[in-house]
Amino acid sequence: MSTPHVSSGTVVLTASGSGAGGPEGPGDGTYDFDPERLTGSVLPRYAIWVSAAIGVAVGLVVRFTGITLIGLADWVMAVLAFFIVFTTWTLLVEGRRHAVDRLATTAIYAAAVAALVPLFWILITVVVKGLSVMSWSFLTETMRNVNPRAEGGGVAHAIVGTLEQVAIAAAIAVPIGILSAVYLVEYGRGHLARAISFFVDVMTGIPSIVAGMFIYTFWILTLGFPTSGLAAGLALSILMIPVVVRATEEILKIVPNELREGALALGVPKYKVIIRIVLPTAISGIITGVMLAVARVTGETAPLLLTTFLAQDMNWNPFSGNQASLPVFIWDQIQRGTSASLDRAWGGAFVLILIVMIFYAGARILAAIYAPKKV
Amino acid sequence: MSAPVMEPPQADAAPAITGAAVRPADRNFRFLTTWSGILVLVILATIAAFLIWKSIPSLTTDSENPLTYEAWAPDADPPAWGMSVLIFGTLWTSVIAMVIAVPIGIGTALFIAFYAPPRLATGLGFFVDLLAAVPSIIFGLWGLYNFMPQVVPFSEWLATYLGWIPIFANEQELYTKSIMIAGIVLAIMILPTVSAISREVFLQVPKGHIEASLALGATRWEMVRMAVFPFSRPGMISAAMLGLGRALGETIAVALILSAVFEINWQITEPGGNSVAANIALKWGEAGANGRSALIATGLVLFFITLAVNMTARWIVNRRKEFSGAN
Repeated sequence: MSTPHVSSGTVVLTASGSGAGGPEGPGDGTYDFDPERLTGSVLPRYAIWVSAAIGVAVGLVVRFTGITLIGLADWVMAVLAFFIVFTTWTLLVEGRRHAVDRLATTAIYAAAVAALVPLFWILITVVVKGLSVMSWSFLTETMRNVNPRAEGGGVAHAIVGTLEQVAIAAAIAVPIGILSAVYLVEYGRGHLARAISFFVDVMTGIPSIVAGMFIYTFWILTLGFPTSGLAAGLALSILMIPVVVRATEEILKIVPNELREGALALGVPKYKVIIRIVLPTAISGIITGVMLAVARVTGETAPLLLTTFLAQDMNWNPFSGNQASLPVFIWDQIQRGTSASLDRAWGGAFVLILIVMIFYAGARILAAIYAPKKV
Repeated sequence: MSAPVMEPPQADAAPAITGAAVRPADRNFRFLTTWSGILVLVILATIAAFLIWKSIPSLTTDSENPLTYEAWAPDADPPAWGMSVLIFGTLWTSVIAMVIAVPIGIGTALFIAFYAPPRLATGLGFFVDLLAAVPSIIFGLWGLYNFMPQVVPFSEWLATYLGWIPIFANEQELYTKSIMIAGIVLAIMILPTVSAISREVFLQVPKGHIEASLALGATRWEMVRMAVFPFSRPGMISAAMLGLGRALGETIAVALILSAVFEINWQITEPGGNSVAANIALKWGEAGANGRSALIATGLVLFFITLAVNMTARWIVNRRKEFSGAN
């Protein structure tokens, strides 16, 4: 990855030369014009730690005395104190521009932390609550003859349903997606290709519930098929196609043109160039893209609610009858609202996230195995 | 946009050298791939067509204005329903999600692109993408049972100290299942989208611009503000809009967290609210034929709203791609 990474070293403002005052003009007046030094005065390294300590101290004071401003919690006060002390300090020592810079830096670090907190919070919660429910029987039993409000039962039927529905979705979406991507990269020119490329992007944004609704109106209402795992798989495939197209397209674009040209120059027909040269070269990226698409649709709930309703019993056959799935199982157990059903919901969530993560990890591993040799 | 691929020599251009004019296998393969691509367009058009077709029965029998009426009784006699409440709730939760997710998402993207050491940046990017893989049902479950109790004190604080601002006022003195909590959970869900696309456009900023601004003595923030933002503003806008598109269509998490109330509620700390997608998920099972048709009508509106948002966003991105010298 060619990240244009900017060195984390302090960027210094040279103050040498006549009248050089930086873009902000000489008004800051905080640079000492010592010819031996190129930088203005710089905040001591310990400043951030001292500020942090003051923040913690303020937080502790608020916690133990209960004195606070407009009802703010102790940790909020601590963070505020840190920000105020650190920024003021910078302002006094380094000037306004550097104070703004440090404030922005701190805010950006805070944003990165804030983005990670929910992820780990969710993962840890699901793992802790899910593991406490896990047992062999939970994984191998169904909800058949189990009172959904009482204890017992398991998710076997939902695991089978999820895997079968996702397999159906992949069986439909992967060929269509890859062929469309081949068209876009290898053949597509002009308005049609541009329109397809544009609407593939737009299609990634279709709400999943609309996909479910479409299959309901088309497959069930109009063509008259019953609700089934197959209908669910069809709905999922609509969500999957654009992801597969986009991933495959990106990877086909980076297949070196020399490979195509060499093969064509040797008189190989174009379709054979694509099937025997281009696709095998790109296979690792395609597999990764497909796995990520699979991981994405595995957790979809909304389309399944509309296309295959609940089933409490094992149904191996996705082509007839309603079929359970993990997301709908969790949804149903939450609705039941008892502590036993909630436990099952967490258990189901754990299994679901485990399956998604296996797909995710699998994508990485397969990508590493099939990674193209250095050209 | 498209990689320059060398076309095979046209048969009619050099008949003496090549064999058959066009190989049948070549033609068939091209035909197959072209129609796969066209299928995408067909699917989108069919979605619109079928949703319109199947929503007509309920639209024609509705005794009230389906866009403005503020109640939901499509299976009553005469049917009386309208979707203004749903559209309002969808937009209002999404706006809150945007207000939170766009600054944090762009901040995370800036951190990954310009602030973090490379190794940390890759890891962080992976984790943010991982957030996108968490199923929405799990966001709902976690949001309802783990996150909500932690947000309630904040809601109370908002209502107590900022209650004079109408949207924070809370006369019910109940703080759970509110639009704000749904909005925050939505914000977490769209964060990866906003962050990933912003990161992509940040990485396209010409390195020369960045280095030039630093060499002129800009601080890092000035570099971001003066070299990165002007270049990537359209990309950031479309990142925000793609996030918006996701937030608008999000179903299950909202359905679990909001207590479904069928009224327009501006007060974000009070329980109650609704959204198009959540309403579909909650009402679908019990709905009769006309009820489902009415739900399809709301889904149709949602489809067109998200389509418009996504098309605008993609249009901005694509226009930028053609003009920028980065690729």
